Amino acid sequence: MNVKALFLALLLPLPALAQGFAGLGTSEDGFALPSRDTRLQFPVDHGAHPGFRIEWWYVTANLKGADGQDYGIQWTLFRNALEPGDPGQGWQTRTAWMAHAALTSARGHRTAERLARGGIGQAGVTLAPFRAQIDDWQMASTAAPGADPLSALSLTATGTDFAYDLALVATGPLVLQGEQGYSVKSKDGQASHYYSQPFYKAKGTLVFPDHSVAVEGQAWLDREWSSQPLAGDQTGWDWLSLHLDGGARLMVFRLRSAQGDYSTGTWIAPDGTPTPLPPGGVEMIPGATTRVAGREIPTAWRVRLPARDLDIAIAALQPQAWNDTRVPYWEGPVTATGSHPGAGYLEMTGY
Amino acid sequence: MIRAAFTTLLSHWRRHPLQLAGLFLGLALATALWSGVQAINAEARQSYDRAAAVLSQDRLDSLAAGNGQDFDQKVFLDLRHAGWLVSPVLEGRWSHRGVPVRILGVDPFTLPSGSLPDAVTGQDRATDFLSAEGLAFAAPQTVDELTRIGAEGLPPLVAAEGMAPGILFVDIGVAQRLLRAEGQITRLLVAPDQPLRQRPLSEVAPALVRQTPVEQADMGALTGSFHLNLTAFGFLSFAVGLFIVHSAIGLAFEQRRPIFRTLRALGLPLRTLVGLLAAEIMGFALVAGIAGIALGYVIAAGLLPNVAATLRGLYGATVSGGLSLRPEWALAGLGMALAGAGAAAAQSLWRLARMPVLAPAQPRAWTRASARSLGWQTGLAGLLALIALAAALWGEGLVAGFVLLGALLLSAALVLPGALAMALALGERLSKGVIAQWFWADTRQQLPGLSLALMALLLALSANIGVGTMVSSFRLAFTAWLDQRLPSELYVTARTEDEARRLADWLAPRSDALLPIWKIDGTILGRPGEVYGVADHRTYPDHWPMLLGDQTVWQTLARGEGAIVNEQLWRRAGLHLGDPVPLPGGATRPLVGVYADYGNTRGQVIVGVADLVALYPDIDRLRYAIRTDPAKVPALRDAIEDAFRLPQDHMISQQEVKTISLMVFERTFAVTAALNVLTMGVAGFAMFMSLLTLSTMRLPQLAPVWALGLTRGRLARLELLRALLLAALTMVLAVPVGLLLAWVLLAVINVEAFGWRLPMHLFPKDWLWLGALALVAAALAAAWPAWRLSRLAPVHLLKVFADER
Repeated sequence: MNVKALFLALLLPLPALAQGFAGLGTSEDGFALPSRDTRLQFPVDHGAHPGFRIEWWYVTANLKGADGQDYGIQWTLFRNALEPGDPGQGWQTRTAWMAHAALTSARGHRTAERLARGGIGQAGVTLAPFRAQIDDWQMASTAAPGADPLSALSLTATGTDFAYDLALVATGPLVLQGEQGYSVKSKDGQASHYYSQPFYKAKGTLVFPDHSVAVEGQAWLDREWSSQPLAGDQTGWDWLSLHLDGGARLMVFRLRSAQGDYSTGTWIAPDGTPTPLPPGGVEMIPGATTRVAGREIPTAWRVRLPARDLDIAIAALQPQAWNDTRVPYWEGPVTATGSHPGAGYLEMTGY
Repeated sequence: MIRAAFTTLLSHWRRHPLQLAGLFLGLALATALWSGVQAINAEARQSYDRAAAVLSQDRLDSLAAGNGQDFDQKVFLDLRHAGWLVSPVLEGRWSHRGVPVRILGVDPFTLPSGSLPDAVTGQDRATDFLSAEGLAFAAPQTVDELTRIGAEGLPPLVAAEGMAPGILFVDIGVAQRLLRAEGQITRLLVAPDQPLRQRPLSEVAPALVRQTPVEQADMGALTGSFHLNLTAFGFLSFAVGLFIVHSAIGLAFEQRRPIFRTLRALGLPLRTLVGLLAAEIMGFALVAGIAGIALGYVIAAGLLPNVAATLRGLYGATVSGGLSLRPEWALAGLGMALAGAGAAAAQSLWRLARMPVLAPAQPRAWTRASARSLGWQTGLAGLLALIALAAALWGEGLVAGFVLLGALLLSAALVLPGALAMALALGERLSKGVIAQWFWADTRQQLPGLSLALMALLLALSANIGVGTMVSSFRLAFTAWLDQRLPSELYVTARTEDEARRLADWLAPRSDALLPIWKIDGTILGRPGEVYGVADHRTYPDHWPMLLGDQTVWQTLARGEGAIVNEQLWRRAGLHLGDPVPLPGGATRPLVGVYADYGNTRGQVIVGVADLVALYPDIDRLRYAIRTDPAKVPALRDAIEDAFRLPQDHMISQQEVKTISLMVFERTFAVTAALNVLTMGVAGFAMFMSLLTLSTMRLPQLAPVWALGLTRGRLARLELLRALLLAALTMVLAVPVGLLLAWVLLAVINVEAFGWRLPMHLFPKDWLWLGALALVAAALAAAWPAWRLSRLAPVHLLKVFADER
């Protein structure tokens, strides 16, 4: 679950964040609310859901370069409705878009950020053909006619000191998170609609100011939308996605609050069958911290899933993977060792 | 010892409070005028800087259309999709009831970080700013002004400290609505850090030109001449003020000679004495300087609204009407006060340092005029006259103009004592009778003591004549030009192109002629300028004030085969008839004529209207001039209002334009007039101080005459007469100097500063008034010393014979 997105809040250079993290704990009056009864429909649900306040298209990839180095990339597009109702057209559109891209290796972490308002054509998501785009960044379907549009994608982004072009091809089905895509986020029942495509093979090129590197690896896409995914007292979260060596996938998260943490996740079998974990069914134990951007952040973790005899240690490829964006957070590639080795992505917010 | 000596020296001022007042007032006045002018300049500069820094235009590159026109916002999207981090800005003028504001529409999403004024980012109103109604940020005084006139149609206003006045900061969507420019943008700001990959600019947006911050409009350069003018005036006032200080200090030194001698005899080292006196002067300068700065603040605050109105009318530069105390001009003013006092005291201190220990302690009534010092002054005057001549012949630019002006004035001032001495010698030769001859001789003998004050008077008088002649000549030329230039009876601006077309159809049968007034703004020969189109109509050949070119000019324009330019552009670019005139966007037209365009500081080009529309198809076609019977104007106005619901402020009659233009003109020179009056006042005060000084020192000269039988009353009347005579003679010299000054202002300074040359007219009646004023000033200055003389106790006159002498 990447509740990530949200930072949107009121982007803009105008300071606004006050309550909870990035305003995600604030009231949702007038916006649509996720419902247990909703059954997700594809490809329609790949597109935007303007009735909901926030939404994101989120890709992370763990890559191996021709130079032998490990790399990670992040590509995220956030939609944020500034007020409920018809977003309108032109400059007066009540929709804000934000995008983050990052390229991480053991040697460094590079980020870029873009902002746009909807309604004028600078950013948006179209369904046929499927394309999520802001400026010159885009995630576009390259799937054959008739196939699910997300089954094959091209992905590109550019920052001042990096760029990447990747081709993603899915080797498994879409996966519904939580109860049929209804993902509960707190004891009080805050929830979102959430599905993933965790089975991408990725191939492409990373571009640096002075050279390029051919890469191959695995990627993971998350789609999530909601209007108030966090409870008012929740201050941040730790989220982890893993491609395990046996072909299974694991997604777990922990929402932190003064009243106690809320942790859950999904076990995804190699054939794509999801098994939701009960609340508290996963233990996420922070380990050694790293001083990042003036704060202490746990960049080593221990994750235990007693029901599946899973006990792994998580280590960051680059402990300084700090996205110094308007709403800053930690996001970077990790490796897992122990009972179930693998690789994946870790996100930590609210520190 | 030092303390005792210092107390002794200071005791002089306690016994001569008037001298103290003179010294203090002179320094304070000089500093006040100087720092007042500097304060105005500093405030204006600050406003320009703030305006330039809006949206970081002082540090960001921008992309604009080559022809200066607004362009389609699609270019913005194309560039973003091609990887360019650019942010759109729509800018335009919006006015309501004669209050113009600059609308600045921005897109906060793409604006490079740190580009918004702090005041705007500090407001937690993001959502309101982006809402359909919007929110407009403006400087507090702009908010007040707009609130006062009840500007309907504007979004809610929010006062933001530190914003440049006259600017309304809104979301770009709101700006497009306010400026009726749907889908249009004026320029794109280029973020300093661009992505690693992007398509070349020439491929994505070939029509756009990248401009560095330096190339963007610079108010400072445009208004530089205006401020240099003010500075020159401030300097003149300062110089006149120093004359007062010089005479007050000179007098105080002369009168304290016995004290100096006694102190030295008691063993005070010369160095200590000089040091103490220097400290005393600097102390006074410090106190008077601070008072002067306070006074300067008051003067500047009083003048600033006029200056601001002038700058707005003349250059379109918005300057804050409120004044703030800034260290730069306050310290500069204090520095000037100290330097000025030092300069005024240097001669006296130098003389003291070289004086024998026990020099005669009686005061010498100033240095006698010797043939040598007169000769030396006249020589210097000649040298300055040569410098002036050289500057006139070979000098270029505004600075050379002011060198010419300064050298001319100083030269005239230095010539004055010699010229007066000659005039007095002539008078003496022509006069008969003992008393008359004594009067002339005595006047001549007093000349050295009065010469500084008379020089100040000369400077003030000639500045008055020169500036007065310039302003009056300008006014004559300007009003005549306005009559020619504004032949149309009514000017109307439609709100949309469609309305303009319907309006034109409707007006055609109801008026004698309908002349389009369409223009584009753009860069012409490296500076901001404008291109207008004229219709082929007899109005233009009949009325337009041409300086160069014949009657075929208008037909040439109508055929699209030429362009005419205004005088200022013609002079600046050094164009000749037949030269190609480059227009924004790259086209050129041969120059076929030059017209006068007073009151406009921008370069202007006129081509045929068909030519203009062909060159710039996207031009706004909203304005028309209507020729009709002047008596029908009010009825026509009402009819237009009824038929089109066009607000009254979209129509303006010839009469209103003239009134507004003349008002701008009058305001422009209101500051000059005010400084003129102040300078005159300072000169009068200088004369009073000098006469007062002389009156206390002249007893040795008067006592024998009194003893020979001339009554004190008669002596006093003669004193008064003498002051009037000297003022009259000075006035006689001031007239030619003033006219020369006017010529320099009209033919050199104006051309350099504004780009137009004006015909000079003479106004002898004004000189008579000024002469009378000078005589009144002299009479007032001499009245009190004369009255004191008439009431002087005879014992004082007798004492002259009793004292050691």
